[in-house]
Amino acid sequence: MKILVAIKQVPDTATQVKIGAGGKAIDTAGITWIVSPYDEFAVEEALRVKEKRGQGEVVAVCLGPDRAKEALRSCLAMGCDRAIHLNDPAWTAADTLTTARALAAVIKQEQPQLVLCGRQAIDDDMGAVTAQLSEVLGWPCAAWIMEESVDADGKNVRAARQVEGGLEVFDLPLPAVISAQKGLNEPRYPTLKGIMGAKKKEIKDVKASDLGLGAEPPQLSVVALEALPPRPPGRVIQGDVATAVKELVRALREEAKAI
Amino acid sequence: MAGAIWCVVEDDRKGTPKKVMAEVIGEAARLGGPVEAVWLTDKASEDGLRELGSWGATKVWLLENAAFAPYRSEVWAAALAELAAAQSPKAIFGPVTSRQREALARLAARLGVGIAADSVAFAMEGDRLVATRPVYAGKLLSKVTWAKQPWVATLRPNVFRPAESQAGKTAAVERPGVKIANAQMKFIERREELSTGLPELAEAEIVISGGRGMKGPENYVILENMGKVIGAAVGASRAAVDAGWRPHRFQIGQTGRTISPKLYMGFGVSGAIQHLAGMRTSKVIVAVNKDPEAPIFKIADYGIVADLFEVVPALTAEFKRLLEK
Ligand SMILES: Cc1cc2nc3c(=O)[nH]c(=O)nc-3n(C[C@H](O)[C@H](O)[C@H](O)COP(=O)(O)OP(=O)(O)OC[C@H]3O[C@@H](n4cnc5c(N)ncnc54)[C@H](O)[C@@H]3O)c2cc1C
Ligand SMILES: Nc1ncnc2c1ncn2[C@@H]1O[C@H](COP(=O)(O)O)[C@@H](O)[C@H]1O
Repeated sequence: MKILVAIKQVPDTATQVKIGAGGKAIDTAGITWIVSPYDEFAVEEALRVKEKRGQGEVVAVCLGPDRAKEALRSCLAMGCDRAIHLNDPAWTAADTLTTARALAAVIKQEQPQLVLCGRQAIDDDMGAVTAQLSEVLGWPCAAWIMEESVDADGKNVRAARQVEGGLEVFDLPLPAVISAQKGLNEPRYPTLKGIMGAKKKEIKDVKASDLGLGAEPPQLSVVALEALPPRPPGRVIQGDVATAVKELVRALREEAKAI
Repeated sequence: MAGAIWCVVEDDRKGTPKKVMAEVIGEAARLGGPVEAVWLTDKASEDGLRELGSWGATKVWLLENAAFAPYRSEVWAAALAELAAAQSPKAIFGPVTSRQREALARLAARLGVGIAADSVAFAMEGDRLVATRPVYAGKLLSKVTWAKQPWVATLRPNVFRPAESQAGKTAAVERPGVKIANAQMKFIERREELSTGLPELAEAEIVISGGRGMKGPENYVILENMGKVIGAAVGASRAAVDAGWRPHRFQIGQTGRTISPKLYMGFGVSGAIQHLAGMRTSKVIVAVNKDPEAPIFKIADYGIVADLFEVVPALTAEFKRLLEK
């Protein structure tokens, strides 16, 4: 079975982010880049499906600039068989729909039976690409998966979505798209052998024209990035516990009107 | 009416719209409406229709069909897209819920328009709509706009001021015929979580959060007791979830739930950037931590530097006294 995993490269969660010169994107100087954490769950799950079946291929795909090769390299080190890098200036201002269309075009060429994404990419926090991708493909989709299992003859995936108050379990005929929620699995660390082996694996460069796509303007664009408005300064309530607790409750009721 | 702002109804799956719809409708009205609700359900209630009208929807597009329950994004998106193509709303809004974050993204792709997910503010700038969204774990705000209508967006719960219910106001109910797509996916079962008897994390107006400072799973009962007194949900930091003290669905933060309650109270939570990502838009933040240097004090409105095991029982008792008055 062929499985495709869509991964995005994002700034490390602990990195300071600063607004860049144009005011619409971050200043990328000095940023540590990682594979978006939810996408690591997706990679891990893809590898497990392959291992469980004892055969198959896992292809990692990333749309992003030159630096995104590093992210694909880490997926190869985890165990993906090969990688596809969608790298074209036409995608510089890609919104979720442009991304979904580009991924869909690769998927049409590759024809995997299962596509795995992350719940959301933790830079823009849109959580939209998975559903949009499935719409462009006309495939069924289930987001925020906590459990999945592909049946023995590879016709169906049973997936449990996390919803308010519980899980909803669906059977999706393959091909289908699912997105990983935290709790699906514990991603493996690349082994030394994996890291060495990754250097020899293929990362194919793909341009928009290779997919028959032109440079379309994004449907959603950034007008400005802004710093958070400062929170009003808080105060640490002094005194022994009994006094402090009384004062806190008074303040919550009378000043903050929060209780 | 053409050019309306549509509010896609989130309901309790038993025929009653959720409270969060008052927020969505309220915001749509503030942006200048006209406001119409679109309700996909297997069975709507008369009370529910009345409620949507009382919040300010002038019309309810009621799509009542057994195919909408259980929810499947394919079916929802196709029906919404057909209706949107016929009626040309200028915007389509819905609350961030497990159904709508998926269905509205799918809908936007079907209509070939942009989606601003998890928005926390809107403004009309001339004749375009600009949405504000937290990005990079809430460290920055991104203002975005659409190339064309309809402007599709999901709204973070608890952020927007709810419309006030006005008893006399009613909505005209229209039942348009739309084609129901054949679903490819098949519903198997729903597994309910064990109910804590406390409100749902994402919907709660007050959230109590326990971190590694709770020392073990057995101690969460003191937070739950406080939760019962003030009607709060109880969440946790990732450190507590990873230790196996709480199930993952209670995790607050970047890789957990995003919440925006009126009041957040953290006990034994240090306030790591990834935790803040999930609760930073809370209106009032209280921190109790024995380390005065804990980063959470930087964003807390009120802090107490003390042992949580002394503070929690005293605070619970004090809340009880206040609320019994
Ligand atoms: C990719 C990534 C994603 C992440 N996602 C999340 C996420 O979604 N949510 C999340 O929460 N974290 C997340 N984290 C983890 C985050 O970085 C922190 O490790 C975590 O939030 C720490 O949890 P904590 O505050 O409970 O524990 P600690 O940082 O260990 O803090 C415990 C605090 O309790 C205090 N304390 C101890 N005993 C007492 C007592 N008796 N009374 C009062 N105070 C006491 C201590 O002073 C300390 O400040 C993520 C990390 C990464 C790398
Ligand atoms: N540039 C990209 N390249 C590859 N996959 C992506 C890209 N952007 C988003 N995705 C996938 O879509 C998921 C949801 O992303 P988003 O909608 O941007 O939050 C991510 O977790 C990835 O699996």
